[in-house]
Amino acid sequence: MRLTIEGARVIDPASQFDQITDLHIDDGQIVATGTAPLGFQAQRSIDARGLIASPGLVDLNVSLREPGRTRKGAIDSETRAAAAGGVTSLCSLPDTRPVLDTPAVAELILERSERAGHARVFPFGALTHGLEGEQLSELVALRDVGCVAFTQGLTPMKSNRILRRALEYAAGFDVPVVFMPQDPEMAQGGSAHEGATAARMGLVGIPETAETIALARDLLLIEQTGVQAHFSGLSSARAMDMLADAQARGLRVSADVAMYQLLLCDEDLEGFSSLLHVLPPLRSSHDRRALRQAVQSGVVQAISSHHQPHEQEAKRVPFAASAPGISSIEVLLPLAMTLVADGLLELPALLARLTCGPANALGLPAGTLAQGARADITLFDPVEASLIGHNWISKGANCPFIGQGVPCKVTHTICNGKLVYQA
Amino acid sequence: MTPIPSHLQLNHQGQLRHFLTIEGLSRELLTELLDTADSFLEVGERAVKKVPLLRGKTVCNVFFENSTRTRTTFELAAKRLSADVLNLNIQTSSTSKGETLYDTLRNLEAMAADMFVVRHGDSGAAHFIAQQVCPDVAIINAGDGNHSHPTQAMLDMLTIRRHKGDFQNLSVAIVGDILHSRVARSNMQALHTLGCPDIRVIAPRTLLPAGIEQYGVRVFNDLRVGLRDVDVVIMLRLQKERMQSGLLPSEGEFYRLYGLTRETLALAKPDALVMHPGPINRGVEIESEVADGAQSVILNQVTYGIAVRMAVMSMAMAGQNAQRQHNQEAQHATDH
Repeated sequence: MRLTIEGARVIDPASQFDQITDLHIDDGQIVATGTAPLGFQAQRSIDARGLIASPGLVDLNVSLREPGRTRKGAIDSETRAAAAGGVTSLCSLPDTRPVLDTPAVAELILERSERAGHARVFPFGALTHGLEGEQLSELVALRDVGCVAFTQGLTPMKSNRILRRALEYAAGFDVPVVFMPQDPEMAQGGSAHEGATAARMGLVGIPETAETIALARDLLLIEQTGVQAHFSGLSSARAMDMLADAQARGLRVSADVAMYQLLLCDEDLEGFSSLLHVLPPLRSSHDRRALRQAVQSGVVQAISSHHQPHEQEAKRVPFAASAPGISSIEVLLPLAMTLVADGLLELPALLARLTCGPANALGLPAGTLAQGARADITLFDPVEASLIGHNWISKGANCPFIGQGVPCKVTHTICNGKLVYQA
Repeated sequence: MTPIPSHLQLNHQGQLRHFLTIEGLSRELLTELLDTADSFLEVGERAVKKVPLLRGKTVCNVFFENSTRTRTTFELAAKRLSADVLNLNIQTSSTSKGETLYDTLRNLEAMAADMFVVRHGDSGAAHFIAQQVCPDVAIINAGDGNHSHPTQAMLDMLTIRRHKGDFQNLSVAIVGDILHSRVARSNMQALHTLGCPDIRVIAPRTLLPAGIEQYGVRVFNDLRVGLRDVDVVIMLRLQKERMQSGLLPSEGEFYRLYGLTRETLALAKPDALVMHPGPINRGVEIESEVADGAQSVILNQVTYGIAVRMAVMSMAMAGQNAQRQHNQEAQHATDH
């Protein structure tokens, strides 16, 4: 289909383009910005005056839950939720049932997501068989069917020796590894950031060192093996310092943080809402400030949703007994726009953290409006207020932001040249 | 985002409707509670120990953790208020068949229970029930995880007030495993709210929670320094499993450093009270002679516990009734 988006403020952080103009799309590709190519006749046009046209968002940390955990979420519902949040490309975690450690599971996810057609899925494979931390998955076979990176998630490796071997092997084939550092012993039994709030609430704390000890170990092994590394969901101020140091030393490391970590902190746990139980935990306001600064300075290149949908029962229990995670992909862009309203980031810089930043971190073919690029485009109104939770899509309603107003409304999401969401 | 705890437990007129935590409650309310408990103490001394305040009401003691003393005193308190009492020990009941806390309590609510006295191993369990499960039933927290044990704190306050008059010039020391103690947390908050000027906590660093300073307490690692000239010593129970998790080297070393003995008690004021929430570990945190000695009020605490629980139950029931009536009237007004 030939489509023209008329009169939007087109912002493409990848090419530092920012101009009110038209975008022309043909056969799923961006064919021109500004004047239409000779002989181009749009079959459809969208009047986008007053709207921003951004590359479709790229989300590096999403739990789709399918296969195997479809009470919590499903590929169709969660990718539809993604489109509503302005996301056109997402990386899915391998903690499905069965775990994504064989090409068959990767193929199933890719087929179902293509059939659903709401967003493009780039699966992460499990670094080890069953995520058990012992036996390497067939990384090359998984890469060849479409896994873009490998991760253990929060589950630990059996030993540092095996981790080192895994990283060496991955480095040899130039496949990226995604780290979510957490020392399981240090975090054992914990459900909240170790600090004054957890102490008062009688919640077992997870010290910052649960993250930084594992991060230090990971950085040393990254340096030793030369693997391409990405850190997802770091939560502490000290981790931001360590990351900046590593980058300054020339290490190939990128990072994303969870959007909600930039807005919430441990003080919000007051009242025991299980909706705020997440891992790694919401840390102190000091940590939150450091995370925001790292996003601002570019030490952190990407903001992800860390979307973890749950069924009602998983959260309808006391705080520590509840399943951790927030369902948030469908509010990624509206929540992120509060960072512009706060004055933390200019709009183009924010969009860089949501598009080319994450795409470049893992070398994904996404996140730009350049001519010839796949037509993944998000249109949004940057001033129209909207209410979170209106027409909720995700199977997981475990979102603490439901009911809040945000200064942004996603109006259209275009994926592969097709309109997949319209407000 | 979520209502703060102090609002959750008060009704539209600021009266108690749930009793979940000391945090956020006013000095006036705590004093009213102590005054009410004082009046119930006299009931306990009468030949007929019953008053009809909860006649026709059903109180469920729902205990997800073992307890003898607390459950028994709650049961006695409810009976002295003329309530019908149901005791459920859930460890041996439905949850082992996979029923959730939510479903267990919804079922009990459907049996027309008016009040739940709940003990649960998860911090925040009582809040969860009051907020998300049965907001119209009065919820009394009989201990949730490491978070809160507000009736124990109030019976400790009643003990102190009856023996020392008031809180204005007191030094109170809390000794032992503060980290895992819901009693310590509630006591620090109650003492602070009631105006106690010198609250001390005495423990090794491994048994102190992060950010202990927020309670407005002075921290001592040395018992012999911390006990000097205090008016009240509250000892805490030490669980045996603390030795396995690397928090302490041995029971023996703990007793030598933090055990309350005749020798260490002599550092406190001569008329200092010795308190303990029970059950006591003789020879682990307290010497037998001290537990049974003239300064010990450990058994008085148990007696006062019944009066305090009567006070809490009667006040929460009245507050919850007022709220329900208010809601009905508001509903009535919108219907017309």
